[in-house]
Amino acid sequence: MAVLLSTEQLSATIRTLAKALRERHPGFEDVVFVGIQQGGAVLGEEIVAELQRLNPGKTIPYGQLDITFYRDDIRKNIIPPDKMNIHFGVENKTVILIDDVLFTGRTIKAALDVLFDYGRPAKVELCVLVDRNEHRQFPIQADYVGTTVQTSRTDKVKLVNREVILIPA
Amino acid sequence: MQLTTRHLLGIKNLSKEDISLILSTAEQFKEVLQRPVKKVPSLRDVTIVNLFYENSTRTRFSFELAEKRLSADTINFAASSSSAAKGETLLDTVNNILSMKVDMVVMRHSASGAPHFLSQHIPAAIINAGDGINEHPTQALLDAFSIREKTGGLEGRKVAIIGDIMHSRVAQSNIYLLNRMGAEVTVCGPPTLIPKYIREALGVNVSYNLRETLEWCDVANVLRIQLERQNQVLFSSLREYSIAYGINRQLLDSLDKEIVIMHPGPINRGVELDSDVADSKQSIILQQVENGVAVRMAVLYLLANRNN
Repeated sequence: MAVLLSTEQLSATIRTLAKALRERHPGFEDVVFVGIQQGGAVLGEEIVAELQRLNPGKTIPYGQLDITFYRDDIRKNIIPPDKMNIHFGVENKTVILIDDVLFTGRTIKAALDVLFDYGRPAKVELCVLVDRNEHRQFPIQADYVGTTVQTSRTDKVKLVNREVILIPA
Repeated sequence: MQLTTRHLLGIKNLSKEDISLILSTAEQFKEVLQRPVKKVPSLRDVTIVNLFYENSTRTRFSFELAEKRLSADTINFAASSSSAAKGETLLDTVNNILSMKVDMVVMRHSASGAPHFLSQHIPAAIINAGDGINEHPTQALLDAFSIREKTGGLEGRKVAIIGDIMHSRVAQSNIYLLNRMGAEVTVCGPPTLIPKYIREALGVNVSYNLRETLEWCDVANVLRIQLERQNQVLFSSLREYSIAYGINRQLLDSLDKEIVIMHPGPINRGVELDSDVADSKQSIILQQVENGVAVRMAVLYLLANRNN
């Protein structure tokens, strides 16, 4: 097991991501944030808390999205769902999808399918903490990347207890 | 986490964990049903046959809607309009349907044990939608889901099941489920409609007094008199039954608390429930129907890949 981001590095990366998001969306007009269960929902909460700290007067809509019912491997394995909580409309909004690790791109593909069942966003952007870009299986790229790492296909990368760790197969 | 069973034949063989998993999964499906697009692609490549050998409105529509909301392909079978009327056996009918590559069978049958028999002879996953006077597991699950939603939990809840207990598969499934989840059950009705030794066999309280039962309970699940299953006279008239065991507004208002009223349908208005009770805000009868779709989605979803 190796630590890719320590707790301190994680906090610094979250601040950097928040700064980049704020630069591109200064007033957060018509912008909503959605974290993907489970790692992305944890990360999203922290990013939105940081944005909230930087913009005290502003209410930043934040929800959680679960892709379980939209997985493409359902015949192999049935997984109990996580909580879905999108309590605001996404119609004509800019949706910032947040996930901890961008790997094959399958999760993001499924997350886009989920999102469109809630309405038709004007734009969707993707914000990730860790990008394992050499393993992408779909034409999906992130707009905001915390860090890019070199990994082998079978490694597992996870956000656990405020650290990003790599577990070799 | 997965279910410990390949089929849903009854509540009797489900563990507490199985029941909790179905109920918590159903909560997420209930969320799906509130969205602008009330449909998920989960069972896109699954084909389900609905085999109804006995009449049904609610259960059949509820299953069919659940299947469609999960994107499954469905085919419907009603015994009255099929070759069963020409003398084909249950097993022959099902094997013929399965040879058309069907993955799951939802079955209602008037013979108790019909789905259990089928499960020993065919490879598809079987979901019991009511078998004779034995079990109706998805009804008990949606009742439990509705009680949990309305009152916050099942543990320690006092539930009365009132009416024709003798001929009710809903009562039996509810008793198994509520006992397993730590609720307390009293069955109430005329002595001729309550099986002897049910207290010893199923661990429930028995009462022949409606008023005392309503004073005791938090939730009253009221059942219909199943005249179609009774082949002897068990009470003198529906009018007399209604006087002794019918629930009316006056009776409810005279209790010192507000209990929750449930009914699996179809209601015989003026017999077991008066309209001003069935349609009151104490009644969650229509929520039960709504929850039925979410609960059946959860069952179908959790059983979908178990035959691989």
